Amino acid sequence: MAEDWEYGGFGIYVHWPFCAAKCPYCDFNSHVRPSVDHAAWADALVEEIDKGFDVVGDRIVRSVFFGGGTPSLMEPDTVARILDQIAKRFRQTNQIEVTLESNPTSVEMGKFQDFRKVGVNRISMGVQALNDSDLRRLGRMHSVAEARAAFDIARSTFDRVSFDLIYARQDQTLAQWEAELTSALEMAVDHLSLYQLTIEPGTVFGTRHARGQLRGLPSEDLGADMFELTQDICEGYGMPAYEVSNHAKPDAQSQHNLVYWRYGDYLGIGPGAHGRVTTHGARFATEEERMPEAWLNGSRRIVTENLTQDVQAWEMALMGLRLREGISRQRLEELQQRPVDQGKVQHLIEIGLIESDSERIIVLKQGVMVLNAIIPELFDG
Amino acid sequence: MTPLKNIRNFSIVAHIDHGKSTLADRLIQSTQTVADRDMKEQLLDSMDIERERGITIKANTVRIDYTGADGEAYVLNLIDTPGHVDFAYEVSRSMRAVEGSLLVVDSTQGVEAQTLANVYQAIDADHEIVPVFNKIDLPASDIDRVAEQVEDVIGIDASGAIPVSAKTGEGIQETLEAIVTQLPAPEGDPDATLKAMLVDSWYDAYLGVIVLIRVMDGQLKKGQKIKFMSNGTVHHVDRIGVFRPQMEAIDVLGPGEIGFLTASIKQVRDTRVGDTITHERKEVEPLPGFKPAQPVVFCGLFPVDSAQFEDLREAIDKLALNDASFSFEMETSAALGFGFRCGFLGLLHLEVIRDRIEREYDIELITTAPSVVYHIFMKDGSMIELHNPADMPDLSTVDHLEEPRIKATILVPDEYLGDVLKLCQDRRGIQLDLTYAGSRAMAVYDLPLNEVVFDFYDRLKSVTKGYASFDYQLEGYREDNLVKMSVLVNDEPVDALSMMVHRDRAEMRGRAMCEKLKDLIPRHMFKIPIQAAIGGKVIARETLSALRKDVTAKCYGGDATRKRKLLEKQKAGKKKMRQFGKVDIPQEAFISALKMDG
Ligand SMILES: Nc1nc2c(ncn2[C@@H]2O[C@H](COP(=O)(O)OP(=O)(O)O)[C@@H](O)[C@H]2O)c(=O)[nH]1
Ligand SMILES: C[S@@+](CC[C@H](N)C(=O)[O-])C[C@H]1O[C@@H](n2cnc3c(N)ncnc32)[C@H](O)[C@@H]1O
Ligand code: SF4
Ligand SMILES: [Mg+2]
Repeated sequence: MAEDWEYGGFGIYVHWPFCAAKCPYCDFNSHVRPSVDHAAWADALVEEIDKGFDVVGDRIVRSVFFGGGTPSLMEPDTVARILDQIAKRFRQTNQIEVTLESNPTSVEMGKFQDFRKVGVNRISMGVQALNDSDLRRLGRMHSVAEARAAFDIARSTFDRVSFDLIYARQDQTLAQWEAELTSALEMAVDHLSLYQLTIEPGTVFGTRHARGQLRGLPSEDLGADMFELTQDICEGYGMPAYEVSNHAKPDAQSQHNLVYWRYGDYLGIGPGAHGRVTTHGARFATEEERMPEAWLNGSRRIVTENLTQDVQAWEMALMGLRLREGISRQRLEELQQRPVDQGKVQHLIEIGLIESDSERIIVLKQGVMVLNAIIPELFDG
Repeated sequence: MTPLKNIRNFSIVAHIDHGKSTLADRLIQSTQTVADRDMKEQLLDSMDIERERGITIKANTVRIDYTGADGEAYVLNLIDTPGHVDFAYEVSRSMRAVEGSLLVVDSTQGVEAQTLANVYQAIDADHEIVPVFNKIDLPASDIDRVAEQVEDVIGIDASGAIPVSAKTGEGIQETLEAIVTQLPAPEGDPDATLKAMLVDSWYDAYLGVIVLIRVMDGQLKKGQKIKFMSNGTVHHVDRIGVFRPQMEAIDVLGPGEIGFLTASIKQVRDTRVGDTITHERKEVEPLPGFKPAQPVVFCGLFPVDSAQFEDLREAIDKLALNDASFSFEMETSAALGFGFRCGFLGLLHLEVIRDRIEREYDIELITTAPSVVYHIFMKDGSMIELHNPADMPDLSTVDHLEEPRIKATILVPDEYLGDVLKLCQDRRGIQLDLTYAGSRAMAVYDLPLNEVVFDFYDRLKSVTKGYASFDYQLEGYREDNLVKMSVLVNDEPVDALSMMVHRDRAEMRGRAMCEKLKDLIPRHMFKIPIQAAIGGKVIARETLSALRKDVTAKCYGGDATRKRKLLEKQKAGKKKMRQFGKVDIPQEAFISALKMDG
C-alpha cells in the first residue's frame, strides 16, 4: 500500500543560518557572525545527509533547497560537497530541482557561475522592493539597480529564476503597488513569490509595532484590495497564483514548495530546519536546534514528534488548501479516519468560499483571503 | 460583666478613604488593646480584604478597654461598617446595635455622598453623633469649611467637632474622651429575662457558624440553652466571647455588651439577622427586627464549558452557605444550556460572587445581562415578579408593569454639575433637590434602578473625572411604559441579550446595543445582520460585514508545525464563545453589549 507522503514526494531542505545583516522584518532563523568556519559547516551538513539517509532509506529526491538566512553566502564548495553526498546516497529524478536562495548584491553575482557548475539550477532572489527608499526602510543593503543587475546575471546563468517581493509596505498605495508589480512582471521572470508584509513578534518591526511606532501599514481592506489586485494582474501576465503567495508560468512552479504543500516528506537539515519523515509506518516531525554554534557543536536534533493521524490530517489540509489545486478529499478522510463534516462543507460552498465534490476540496479565490478562518471550520468537533 | 454606665457602643461612619480604618487603628493602639508588636496597619481591614475577596460584608467588631480622665474603667465596643451602597443594609443593622457614631470627615475633602448616606442611617438609629475632622496634619485641611458643610448639608451641630490626625495621633485622646463623655451608655436590665439581638452571622471553617450579638437585657452564659424567636429553634451555647479583635472567650455577656456565641449551628441560613434571642423556655417582647436584605439585581450565570455545570452548582451552594443575601435557582437557556439565575444586593455583590466562582472554583462563566425585579400586573389581577426578561409573559395578558425606583444623592464640584444632571436626565431621572455647599453641589434624584444598576457609577466617575460621590436607597415601585427588547443575531433571537427598556428609550438602546454587538462579535466569513426588536417589530439594525482577509502570507516546510499550533489555539479560543446558529459570540459580549457610552 502506498504511504501518505507519496502524494507529495520527497525533498531535502538545507538551512544556512547566516546573513550579512539582519533585516528588521525578518523572523527567519538567521544570524550575523563576523566569521564562519565553512569547512566545519560543510562537514556537519554532509554528516546530516548521511543521518537522514539512515532514517528514510532509499528514496527518489525530487528537489534540494538551500534556504536561509542567506545561502548565497555559502562557499560553492560547501554546496558542492552537500550535493555530491546527496547524489551518492540517494536516487534522484532526472529533472531534479536544486534551488539556492540569494540576496541580490554584488557579492553573490560573482558566485552564480560557480553555483551553477556545482549543480544549482534555480535561483530564488530576495529583491523585496523595486523602490530605493522602501528598500532602505526594509533595511536592505542593495539598491533597485543592483537587484536588477543581479537578476540579469542570474537570468543568463540559470534556467530558472524566481524572486521575492514584499508588498503592503508602509505608506504603499494601491496604485504604487500596481506599477511596481507590473514592472516586476515585465522582467523575464518565470516565478514570483509575492508576500504581504507580516509583522512578526520578536523582530525590530514587531517591537516597533507593539509600541505603536510603525506607521502607515495598510488597513485590512487595503491589504485585501492589494491581494485581489495582485491576483488579477499576475493572471493577466500568464503567472497565476498556484499557492496563496506564489505565482508561476505553466511548468515553472517550485517543485520544492510543492513537496511541502502537498504534504510530502522532507529532510530538514541545518539549524532550525524542520522535517517530515515517514519511517516504520509512522510519520515524524523533526526540528533542529536553532542556534548555529550549538547546532554545529552537536546538539542538533531537538524535537522528534510522532504525528497522530489527526495531526497529519490537520497539517495536510492547512498546507494543501493553500494550493490552487486543493486537496484530495479521500486522502483527508483516510488520514483523519472519519468523513469530512458535510454540513460544514455545504455551508462553505453556499457562502461561495470553497468548491467540493466527492474527489477534492478546493478553496476559491474569495476563500483564499480568509483561509485561516476556513481551515478550523472544516475540523470542528 | 461590665456595669452599664461603663459601656459605650459606637460605630464610625465615613466616606471611603476619609480615614476610618486608620482612626480605628489609633484607637486600638493608644489603648493597648493590641500589643505594639502585634499591631499592623488597618487592623480591622481583614474586612477590606474580605470585601475584595467577596464575602458579604460583615460588621467587624473590636472591644477596647479605656480608663477615662475620671479614672473609671470603660469598655468601648466599636462596630466597623462597610461603605459600599450594595451593603448599605449591613450598615443599617450594625447601627441598631450601638448608641452612637463618630462621623469622620476628611478635612481636606469635606462631606461626600457616603458620608451623607451613612450619617442619615445613624440619625435614623437615634445615634448621638460626634464629628471628627481628620487629616489635620495636611496643609489642605480646612476645618472651618468642613464644619460649615456639616452644619449646612447634614444639619448637625459641629461646634464640638474634634480635630484629629489619625496619622500622627493628634486628637486621639480627645476622641476617646468624647466617646465616654458625649455618647450615652446603653440601657438594660441584668436581672431581666435574656434578650439579645442577632446582629450578624458568618461561617468559620473551625467553629461553624459564629453569631454576633448585642445583649439588651439579662445575661448570656456558656452552656445555656437559647432560642431564636423567629423560628423557635433551640441551641446549646458552646462558647461566648468578645473580639479584641481576635476572639477571646469570656464567662458572661451582660446588657449593653457586644460579643459572639457559637452553638453548633450548621448554616448561616439557619440564623436570621435582626432576630431576637432568648432563653429556651422564656418569652420576651421581640425586637422590631430587620427586614431581610432583598436581592435587587438578577443575572444568569452559566459555565462556559457545559460539562462544569455540576461544579458550578457546588460552588454556588458553598458560597450561599455564608451569604444569605445571595439567592439562586436553576435556569435553562436555549443558547447557554444549564446555569443559575442568581440574585444579588447590587452590582458589586454580583461581581464579587462571580469573581470568586471563577478564581476559587476555577469555573469560567458567562454572565447574562443583569436585570432588576419588575412587578408585572396581569389582567387577571395577579402580580408576577419578573427576574429574567426572557420570561416576560405574553403582552396581551399583561395589564401594566412596575419597576423599582431609587433615591440617589450625588455630590459633585459645581464645574461638573451640568454633566451630572445630563446623565441623570438621560437615565430617566426626576430631580428632587439641588443645593449647594460652597463650591459643591448636591443633587438628589429619583431614578429607575434599572438605569443605574449597570454602569451608572462608571459613567458618573468618567464624566466627573472621579470627583463625584454617589449613594442611593431603594424607594419602591412605580408604573412605567416598559417593554421587552429582544436581540436577533443572524436572524436568530439571543435570549440572553433580551432586556426590559422604557418605550421612549427603546430605539436608542436598541441602536446602541446593535452598534456594540457589531464591535464585540468577531467578523465571520459571511455578513451578519444584528437587530433589536420589540415584539415582531425591528427597531434597530446593523450589519457586521464579512471578514475580508485572514491568511498567512508565507508558509514553508517549517511553518506546518507553527501554523498547526496557531490554528489549534484559534480553535480553543472558539470554544470560549457560544454558538448561536452559525455565529460565535464571545462570552464577554453578554455584559459589554449593555454598557452605554453616552
Ligand atoms: N495625612 C494623613 N493621612 C491619613 C490620615 N488618616 C488616614 N490617612 C490616609 O488616608 C488614606 C485612607 O485612610 P483609610 O483609613 O484607609 O480610610 P477608610 O477608607 O476610611 O478606611 C490612607 O492612605 C491613610 O494613610 C491623616 O490623619 N492624615
Ligand atoms: C529567507 S528570506 C529569502 C532569502 C534572502 N535571505 C533574502 O532576504 O533575500 C525569505 C523571504 O521571506 C520573505 N519575508 C521574510 N520576512 C517577511 C515578512 N515579515 N513579511 C513578508 N515577507 C517576509 C522575504 O521576501 C524573503 O525574501
Ligand atoms: S530577509 Fe533574508 S537577508 Fe534579511 S535577515 Fe531574513 S534571511 Fe537574512
Ligand atoms: Mg478602610
